Amino acid sequence: MKAKVHITLKNGVLDPQGKAVEHALHGLGFPEVAGVRQGKYIEVDLPKQKDKAQAKADVEKMCKSLLANTVIENFSVEVVD
Amino acid sequence: MRAGVIVFPGSNCDRDIAVALEQSTGKPTTMIWHQDTDLPSDLDLIAVPGGFSYGDYLRCGAMAAHSPIMREVKRRADQGTRVLAVCNGFQVITEAGLLPGVLMRNKDLRFICRDVHLKVEDSQSAFTAKYKVGDVIRVPIAHAEGNYFADAEILKELESEGRVAFRYCNDEGEVTDAANPNGSRNNIAGIFNKSRTVLGMMPHPERLADKKLGGNDGRAMFDALVETLA
Repeated sequence: MKAKVHITLKNGVLDPQGKAVEHALHGLGFPEVAGVRQGKYIEVDLPKQKDKAQAKADVEKMCKSLLANTVIENFSVEVVD
Repeated sequence: MRAGVIVFPGSNCDRDIAVALEQSTGKPTTMIWHQDTDLPSDLDLIAVPGGFSYGDYLRCGAMAAHSPIMREVKRRADQGTRVLAVCNGFQVITEAGLLPGVLMRNKDLRFICRDVHLKVEDSQSAFTAKYKVGDVIRVPIAHAEGNYFADAEILKELESEGRVAFRYCNDEGEVTDAANPNGSRNNIAGIFNKSRTVLGMMPHPERLADKKLGGNDGRAMFDALVETLA
């Protein structure tokens, strides 16, 4: 089983990297871009885990303790076979 | 005063802070490896130094915050042992939950290495007893992630409890946007925990603690610690 984790900045938290990417896209001729937010994508392999619900619970715990900083970041976990 | 410095893989200001501490204490400083699980029983001060612990992987300080030694650092901090965390050390202890908030990427995305001016906001702690409120000191910063962020509720708590230790200011002591190098909320350069026994700050007092280095405004912090904790 594999967990796909998306980590994004919370609304209201300034994202200077996303802003810089947004400006660069404008410069490249994409004026329609109204905003860019940058985040992280993490894959966690769990080959021995057979229980999908348990895998999700475990990875959510991993997010809270290490993978995300919940002061500024949100996370979402999707478990796939 | 007996001081110990925590050393993570990637720490690079550990020796600088040891030299600054020894200048004031006149005693050798104990270097403590991050894999250790115990601290010397008679430590009065734990320094968490600057650097790039674990290569800044994931988030600055995130991996170091879960090092074996950090459990013991947290336990001692809870018992009132003073903790001075500088630069990456500040990032480590916020990640470890010893101080609120987080250090984000600098507003202009650049690594900034230069002297800045700080306005002293407190003179009641063991760290700041030799400064006066309103003093303007010159200390270097050297970071890419020093943009202090906390939500409105935490900021209100820090401000109302007088837990902001230092703010970025100009050489006149005016706290302005122009004098804010990294976008920190309320120009915050350093904060205390509730009991003012833990100080986290982005600027490096140890780098200007000797006139031979071009200034010694940082020295008063180490002298104050020795005077208070001796």
